[in-house]
Amino acid sequence: MNHVEICKDECKGCGVCVETCPRDCLMIGDEINAIGYQHVVFVGMGRCTACGMCYRVCPEPGALTVMADVKEV
Amino acid sequence: MSERTEVRFSKAKAFYDTFERKGSGDKVTHYCPGCGHGTIQKLIADCIDELEIQDKTVFLSPVGCSVFSYYYYDTGNIQCSHGRAPAVATGVRRTLPEAVIISYQGDGDLAGIGMTEIVHAANRGENITVIFVNNAIYGMTGGQMAPTTPMGQKTPTSPFGREVLRDGRPMGMAELIASLSAPVYVERCSVATAKDVLKARKVILKSLQNQVDKLGFSFIEILSPCPTNWGMDPVESRVWMQEQLAVLFPLGVYKDVTTHLVAVDPGKFHSPMDDDKLRELLRGASEVPVQRSSPLPHTQLIKVAGFGGQGVLSAGELLATCGMSEGIQVSWLPSYGPEMRGGSANVSVILSEDDIGSPLVDHPNVFIAMNGPSLDAFEDAVAPGGLILVNSAIVTRKVSRTDVRVVYIPATELARQEGLLSAANVVMVTAYLYITKAFSIETLRRCIPLVLRKKAYLNQNLALVEKVLDHCVRTAGSAGSDESDGSAGSENG
Ligand SMILES: Cc1ncc(C[n+]2csc(CCOP(=O)(O)OP(=O)(O)O)c2C)c(N)n1
Ligand code: SF4
Repeated sequence: MNHVEICKDECKGCGVCVETCPRDCLMIGDEINAIGYQHVVFVGMGRCTACGMCYRVCPEPGALTVMADVKEV
Repeated sequence: MSERTEVRFSKAKAFYDTFERKGSGDKVTHYCPGCGHGTIQKLIADCIDELEIQDKTVFLSPVGCSVFSYYYYDTGNIQCSHGRAPAVATGVRRTLPEAVIISYQGDGDLAGIGMTEIVHAANRGENITVIFVNNAIYGMTGGQMAPTTPMGQKTPTSPFGREVLRDGRPMGMAELIASLSAPVYVERCSVATAKDVLKARKVILKSLQNQVDKLGFSFIEILSPCPTNWGMDPVESRVWMQEQLAVLFPLGVYKDVTTHLVAVDPGKFHSPMDDDKLRELLRGASEVPVQRSSPLPHTQLIKVAGFGGQGVLSAGELLATCGMSEGIQVSWLPSYGPEMRGGSANVSVILSEDDIGSPLVDHPNVFIAMNGPSLDAFEDAVAPGGLILVNSAIVTRKVSRTDVRVVYIPATELARQEGLLSAANVVMVTAYLYITKAFSIETLRRCIPLVLRKKAYLNQNLALVEKVLDHCVRTAGSAGSDESDGSAGSENG
């Protein structure tokens, strides 16, 4: 299923992806990561369209990886 | 719905795997949470991947928060001094015609200290891509007012707000660059919203493609949030950008003539000069076969000073040329007053067997005083144990230092006797070589023709050398001595 993989120790918890996601798939969690931020968590299984908006606005190169369904032909 | 998934968006290949700053490997940037630099740099990395230009990209990091970009991009990297990236880009362009050069600059860097470099690079139409990150303040140093800071905005250097009469109005760089004729593509975009970011990606891609196609100078201004210095959270800062910044700096295309352009072969315009041509142009010591007579006794820190018109700078040139023709390291640093004639001039020359770090000579160990005011100016600066050569035909007083070696030569008079009015410099250089044996007189004879401007006087100059040698030999008893007033002619009025 479409989803976003979060490299939690690369997230600075800025929340820009949370604000951006058109389908509310992301939220800031409670846990504090290795670099001292409350990182983002993915809560959009079934809603995520793998549009990549979160990836685009995120300032960190490797924090988010967007996984899309393989279209079986 | 499929169970299998594949990567659709992930870290660009143009980035290193780990960002090895301060020793330990790390995977995050050094930017503050929510900073626009990260978003923009991801777009650039992504475009580098898409255009498959990683191997030929040279990324120029500026001074500012993005100073560490070379830790991130697995491309060619140069970290440029503040504001000078467009000048560095020009140099890279002229030497690497196929490189894709990205000059990435903040607003303090580009519109403040580097205004000259960007305007001239744009005006020359250098085939480069400039990514101008406008966050309306100096981020790295703590949010000071930049040329782009909005009216009324409070910053550490405008504590009561930017004010027009004191600070001027914010500058629109896209507008300014687009007003020049050479740039081919100028657009302003933003990273405030996801839509803006997608648009910015297209714009960056186009600006790089222009360069690959050799179309010319592309300038992309990107409005970018600095939540830290704006005192906002990352989300708020993006709202402020839409409501305030994008009103002050409207987004859009400011210039695009790329559709009517055909690729320009850069070689056609700036073909580097070939070595033979260069040699011909610089015709000088390279013509003289390098031959070393004997090693220099020690590094010669030479200062020659006198009136403009006494050949002070040429004396330095002659010394430096002798040094070059003997294959040692030399530096020649002129400094002269506003008037070339009648004003005072001085030149610093270093002759050394080792590399020369700085061409400045603050404490010469050889000082050639061509006139009185120069002796007054530099006598005290001479290193203890140094040598002072005085043009005693003009300088009426004696040297008062007792811890230096002094030789008096009536240089102007000797030159005049040979029918040369402005060859006191040749006299002094000849005497210097005679006394110190830094180089052979043969080297001097070989180098005079290279330095002499008026070739018609060559024979007279060479005759003058012999005359000076003769003079030195006649007064040699003292010239070679260590007496502080040892004189090759002080009594010889
Ligand atoms: C020659 C020189 N002058 C001043 C500085 C101090 N300095 C460092 S960063 C900076 C401002 C950078 O601001 P900007 O270009 O807007 O980039 P940002 O940090 O906002 O990304 C200044 C003035 C310096 N490093 N070098
Ligand atoms: S100070 Fe501003 S520009 Fe610099 S890293 Fe932080 S948010 Fe970015």
